[in-house]
Amino acid sequence: MLAPLPSPAAPADGQPAGTAGLALAVDGVDLRFGGITALRGVSFEAAPGQVTAVIGPNGAGKTSVFNTISGFYRPAAGRIRLGEVDITDAPVHRRAGMGLARTFQNIALFRGLSVLENIKLGGHHLMRAGVLSALAYGRKARDEELALRAEIEERVIEFLEIDHIRHRSVDVLSYGLQKRVELARALAMRPRVLLLDEPVAGMNREETEDMARFILDVQEEWGVTVLLVEHDMGMVMDISSHVVVLNFGQVIASGAPAEVRRHPLVVEAYLGADAGAEAPAEPAVS
Amino acid sequence: MSEFLEYALLGLLSGGVTALVALSFVLIYKGTGVVNFAVGEVMMLGAYLYYAGAVTFGLPPWAAFVIALGVIGLLAVLVERAVLRPLSGQPTVAVLMATIGMASIIHGGVEAVWGGDTYTPPTLLPRTPLLMGDILIPGTVLGNFAVAALLIGGFLAFFRYSRTGIALRATASDPVTASTLGININYAQRLTWVLSGLVGTVAGVLIASSAGLSPLLASAALAVFAAIILGGMDSVLGAIVASLIVGLVEALGAGYLGGKSRDVVPYVVVLAILVVRPYGMFGSRSIERL
Amino acid sequence: MRTGVFHETFAAEERLWDSATQRRWMAAFALALFTLPLWGSDYMLAMACIVGIHTIATLGLNITTGNAGLISLAHGAFLGVGCYTVAWLGKLGVPFYLTLPAAGLLTAALGVLVGLPSLRVKGIYLAVATLAAHFILTFVFREWEPVTGGVPGTNIPRAQLLGFTFIGDRRNFYLIFVIAFAAAIATRNLARTHIGRAFVAVRERDFSAEILGVRLLTTKLLAFGLGAFYAGVAGGLLGYFYGAITPEYFVLTLSVFYLAAIIVGGLGTVLGSILGALFMTFVPEVLRLVAHASSQWFPGVAGLLLPMGQVVFGALIIGFLVFEPHGLAAIWARVRRAFHLWPFKT
Repeated sequence: MLAPLPSPAAPADGQPAGTAGLALAVDGVDLRFGGITALRGVSFEAAPGQVTAVIGPNGAGKTSVFNTISGFYRPAAGRIRLGEVDITDAPVHRRAGMGLARTFQNIALFRGLSVLENIKLGGHHLMRAGVLSALAYGRKARDEELALRAEIEERVIEFLEIDHIRHRSVDVLSYGLQKRVELARALAMRPRVLLLDEPVAGMNREETEDMARFILDVQEEWGVTVLLVEHDMGMVMDISSHVVVLNFGQVIASGAPAEVRRHPLVVEAYLGADAGAEAPAEPAVS
Repeated sequence: MSEFLEYALLGLLSGGVTALVALSFVLIYKGTGVVNFAVGEVMMLGAYLYYAGAVTFGLPPWAAFVIALGVIGLLAVLVERAVLRPLSGQPTVAVLMATIGMASIIHGGVEAVWGGDTYTPPTLLPRTPLLMGDILIPGTVLGNFAVAALLIGGFLAFFRYSRTGIALRATASDPVTASTLGININYAQRLTWVLSGLVGTVAGVLIASSAGLSPLLASAALAVFAAIILGGMDSVLGAIVASLIVGLVEALGAGYLGGKSRDVVPYVVVLAILVVRPYGMFGSRSIERL
Repeated sequence: MRTGVFHETFAAEERLWDSATQRRWMAAFALALFTLPLWGSDYMLAMACIVGIHTIATLGLNITTGNAGLISLAHGAFLGVGCYTVAWLGKLGVPFYLTLPAAGLLTAALGVLVGLPSLRVKGIYLAVATLAAHFILTFVFREWEPVTGGVPGTNIPRAQLLGFTFIGDRRNFYLIFVIAFAAAIATRNLARTHIGRAFVAVRERDFSAEILGVRLLTTKLLAFGLGAFYAGVAGGLLGYFYGAITPEYFVLTLSVFYLAAIIVGGLGTVLGSILGALFMTFVPEVLRLVAHASSQWFPGVAGLLLPMGQVVFGALIIGFLVFEPHGLAAIWARVRRAFHLWPFKT
């Protein structure tokens, strides 16, 4: 597959070496904020190297699930496993080294930096040079930086076709390009599991198709496990092999896209109780 | 023992005025999210304007007081329009630095115009001291506390029960929703700044009348930061309670450790609080960080 | 007229001065500075020394506040810590190449101590904590007589190297200039490594930075400590330059001065730090000239210098924040761009 960086970056703690995707297991997670229960007994698994989608109406708890997996929220009960390792108690910043990468719904790029610098930050957890080496731009710092640059150019920038904007400041980019840069940054992390929070929200048809293509390429060529939250049903049905449906903080259905689509609880959740009685028509060709 | 009581009582009472300055800060923070570093300088400017009116222009003290309030109110509107509105798109550190800049301008301006000497403006309140057994409490201290308590009580009621007060709270917690409900948020924010300035002026006049007027007055506000951190930056109740405590600690420190300790005690207290309980006693622990 | 720079390797692109033209200009600039004692007046030389010291301090504050977004009001006091450290160690006979790093390290350690409690929570608390630290430090400067000489101040033995004493503006100029140059390069270097990028990330969206593996507290403490280190070194050089110091120098206005310098110059850039330090050094000078010139009409105006300085610093901060938030560095960049394509206007 892919050659590792010349400056030794240790494989993620406890994980089997290599770059293939890991399984992500969410097991009986409860999440509470004060008196509100945001998630109740949520369990599902994202199979290694596959695309799994989490869908559900607004307020169902999808972003809460992501934030819990990222480590911003601590579940009141339940565990989260990345491959063999239980990451439930790991601090947020350590999860990067364990292979977890994520994009945000509202784009969390750093506006004071260029596209290239933002992507380089994806490689932050791989860098080992210390302050002194950085200040002097000594051998260790320089070699690491150049190796990172080479890897990003080869694997990420070319892959996502953003070489023409690499030195631009991110705040002058179009929305679609910003989303792509955020994906690039996540890819620069050498992820084993990639969380995508509404990757095509607000995009037009063409941009959505491009992004869908990129996501599939990532999954196929890199073997990364992809977990995505999305509202665009067409895209979800097209690219995912497994779908998990949330409503009111609970899993109400899970399975192959075609099955889930027809599941009465799912239809009810989206269209209301009356529509739950009928099975919906086959999706139009998208 | 009576010595301790005397220090404690004096401390608590002077804490009342500190609470006013703290209120001035919390109003802005709760109302507009801005951390106003110039809180002490505004207070000082108000006191100097009062002095100018009462002594330099020979007006009766109450008239001078009202005029000082008016001028500060106008300045608040000016500052809000000329400085804070243009900066509203920028990161919060920018606004904080702008208030630091404001503080510097006011401080320098006051010293340039009035010099560094200490003046004694006329008092608005009676000076008769209160004798409680062995303890002598100067009338000004008592009067200051009474005024502060009245004003704070008034504000608490205002925010709770009056329409404008509720509108201000709404604007503070969610400006967008407030504006869709028909509240003029520009006006609300401007009013917040004006109220803050007025409260600060009252505090400044009270302190100046009892302790004398000099550019050092602004430093009295630095103890306020200790109170604000202890009380939690967005809690009015916290600011009040914390001010009393800080006043107490300061007075005890000055009494037992000598006058010089007054220079350091509040700052040591600030750092100590940060180590032990950074959100203060009542502050809300919010997930978003600055 | 340049239309662009063509690189064949990434390494070439990552270099500090990536075109031959830039390198030539830098060399010419460095040469001009290096030979300043030969062609400049005494006044220029003295001012250059002060600009150099201010540049080092401003570079430090720009790392802490410009890059990492952490507001510090203790920067002025940190210079004092550096200065008194150098004074004390110097009297013990320690040579300058040890006292200066020691001053830097001690100040950095103090910075970390101040930052530790307050950086766990909102950055705003750091601002207040630094304010508190400033007053505590100045109290120490005034009261700790055996070490600092108290209110009357202390003298600092001049820097020495193998019998060669750095006395006088000319010799101190080289000491200051070399260190300032090194500090500027080091800061530029920082910006092109992951540490520099992490500072900006922490300022912008710290939750996103955390996801990427950035340890927030460590990064903030590093940014704060580094800034303090620079301040300590600058303070030490200040001591060597003046030969004597009193606690009156390290007032809160000095911290405001440096804040103005980074805003006027341009937040987060090395060029901004240099331009800001240069600009701000001359503000008090201009004020002094104005006061002197108008003293015939306004006697006693000299007494207004300090407060007027405060007013001007504050006005500069607000003025630049409102009208030119990216500072002189941005203006410089605009002028350069205009010249690149001259006579074809953009």
